[in-house]
Amino acid sequence: MQEVRRVISVIAMNESSVLARVSGLFAGRGYNIESLTVAPIPKSNLSRFTIVTKGNAKVIEQITKQLNKLISTLKVIEQDEMVEKEMVLIKFSSNESLSDIKALCDAYNGGIVNAGENSVIAMVADESKRIEYFISAAQRYNPIEIVRGGVVAIER
Amino acid sequence: MKMSGAQMVCEALIAEGVTTVFGYPGGAIMNIYDAIYKQDGFEHILTRHEQAAVHAADGYARATGKVGVAMVTSGPGFTNAVTGIATAFTDSIPLVVISGQVPLSLIGTDGFQEIDAVGISRPCTKHNYLVNSLEELPRILKEAFYIASSGRPGPVLVDVPKDITAEMGEFIYPKEVHIPTYKPSYKGNDRQIKKAVEAIMESKKPLLYLGGGVILSNAGELVREFANLTQIPAVETLMARGIMGYDNPLLLGMPGMHGNYSSNMAMSETDLIISLGARFDDRVTGKLSEFAKYADIIHVDIDPANIGKIVDVDYPIVGSVADVLEKMTSLLKHHVNPDRYQPWREILTRYNELHPLKYEDSGEVLKPQWVIQRVGELVGKDAIITSDVGQHQMWAAQFYPFDRPRQWINSGGLGTMGFGFPAAMGAKRGVPDKVVINFTGDGSILMNMQELVTASEYKIPVINIILNNHFLGMVRQWQTFFYDKRYSQTDLSFQPNFKALAEACGGIGYDVTTKKEFDEALADAIKQNRVCFMNVIISRFENVLPMVPAGGALYNMLLEHKDK
Ligand SMILES: Cc1ncc(C[n+]2csc(CCOP(=O)(O)OP(=O)(O)O)c2C)c(N)n1
Repeated sequence: MQEVRRVISVIAMNESSVLARVSGLFAGRGYNIESLTVAPIPKSNLSRFTIVTKGNAKVIEQITKQLNKLISTLKVIEQDEMVEKEMVLIKFSSNESLSDIKALCDAYNGGIVNAGENSVIAMVADESKRIEYFISAAQRYNPIEIVRGGVVAIER
Repeated sequence: MKMSGAQMVCEALIAEGVTTVFGYPGGAIMNIYDAIYKQDGFEHILTRHEQAAVHAADGYARATGKVGVAMVTSGPGFTNAVTGIATAFTDSIPLVVISGQVPLSLIGTDGFQEIDAVGISRPCTKHNYLVNSLEELPRILKEAFYIASSGRPGPVLVDVPKDITAEMGEFIYPKEVHIPTYKPSYKGNDRQIKKAVEAIMESKKPLLYLGGGVILSNAGELVREFANLTQIPAVETLMARGIMGYDNPLLLGMPGMHGNYSSNMAMSETDLIISLGARFDDRVTGKLSEFAKYADIIHVDIDPANIGKIVDVDYPIVGSVADVLEKMTSLLKHHVNPDRYQPWREILTRYNELHPLKYEDSGEVLKPQWVIQRVGELVGKDAIITSDVGQHQMWAAQFYPFDRPRQWINSGGLGTMGFGFPAAMGAKRGVPDKVVINFTGDGSILMNMQELVTASEYKIPVINIILNNHFLGMVRQWQTFFYDKRYSQTDLSFQPNFKALAEACGGIGYDVTTKKEFDEALADAIKQNRVCFMNVIISRFENVLPMVPAGGALYNMLLEHKDK
């Protein structure tokens, strides 16, 4: 069976150890996590996890079922119709060409978010694929540090 | 009413109808033990090891269908309990385990006897809690019992910090639970059920594949009715022995690695598997690509994650066996034609005549199969049978005439040596009017032999029949078959004096080498009504047969082993 990349959202009680329950499930059953983000859902006692994973159809089905089975899980959303975005922060030395970096960021709907004495920080939020292109294009300005945020997604 | 957290724990147990708790005290749980001292709503049985406490609660739950309760202290008390919890988890047994924890202020400081109990038990509990305040304690206890016993049952751990057990507060035990994220479904989808029923009516070679879920959902009677109505033959997994009744002509036997010939051939040749509360364990399916190649599969399971996990399913039905089967039965009534399956039944009967389950008895040395059959003849349905893990377990599953659900108690999923004796104690406490017999091995029994003391003290007359082959027999068998007889670390020729051991702990010991001695010993053990070790010397190199070698196809069974 063919491996596919899937974005899975989990709505779960915002309580201690729920992150461990979710991540422990992946570790214990040998499922792969490419990225995982979690934050509380405003005005509720719930949290939303966005998990990017890879596996064949059978594995993806098991993942959603096992996630659903956790007592703390309210809902698992696993579908094609997701708008997904990821954020990245890249730190460059101030010695690099600022205008070139800015132009690159513009091309990816991003910008310079901080400029200090020794370094500037650029931010881009886009689809994961585009983030990867951005990171590879940024290589020529010798990035000092790259921080990716992991995918967040919402149903269309 | 105002009371301490410790008292709340006791009151909650009483409110849940708990009458027996198995446990072992220690620093972090002393407040609860103090409250236990002051109450008389339930009995506490002091096992001599925490693992045994959990197995005993487990055996109690399996024998009675109620939630079993065990109590342990923090740190080593809890870690000792983990094997028991995992055993119950793998077999979906409802337990509430209450563990002491260091005070909230010490959590995270590597305090004395601090261990992350919820962290360790997360993968082997259905759910677990660290109680964070006195306020939430009653709600958590209520939820624990509900979660343990509803849906697919399982163990729930409640880890209670010591300071919370000392704190005073108002006790209001909730009447109901509200867990918006947990809603097990029992009913089963009507459309799917209808389709499944149609498939049954079209099938020529249907087969009931019965698992432990039938027992957990108390659907034994319904299954017999269904089989009777449809005349569809059945196999019972290791967890399901007793559902059909040993003398039911529709029962083929047990499928899988040590299944009998007709069961495994039925699994291989059926055109429709009707799986009820079974989960296609690898010990049952053998090589998956060869498993049930001609069959469509109806899979009824309360846990959606079980469906489609191992095999592709044509008719998935999420629901309890009891609910779903009731609907199926009413749909099939007046419509099903049992004669339709007659040719299929005849094929299976022929398979059974071709290679019945058998063994060669001996006049010189006791055969384990004989011992098990003999117990069946002498006490039969009057007994509850538990077992440890190994050859004796398989022989018991193969040869004992099980007559009803909950008569057979064993660690099927985790295969925990040391389970049998404490589980038998729990079963006896739960069902005192039955004789409780534990079939065990000379290896397994030593893993919880300290319970002789518990059983003597509390007068729990469990009969331990040690089928003594002076080997870790099951491992030895694999070494014989697959490792050129290199008996690495399986020879148990060095032995304790089992008779003296039992006597030293207040029990009775018997040494048995002949059939006559066996009959006498069993009669005496039942009459004496005290815990005993029956040291039954059996033929050393007996093998469990048939055998499907690990990873092999079910239809390729070793039926005999001729020693070169
Ligand atoms: C706690 C534990 N350790 C190891 C094993 C592996 N194991 C399975 S069967 C077996 C041998 C059991 O020997 P015995 O109790 O004498 O029973 P027999 O097979 O001889 O009937 C062993 C070591 C196990 N199942 N459980």
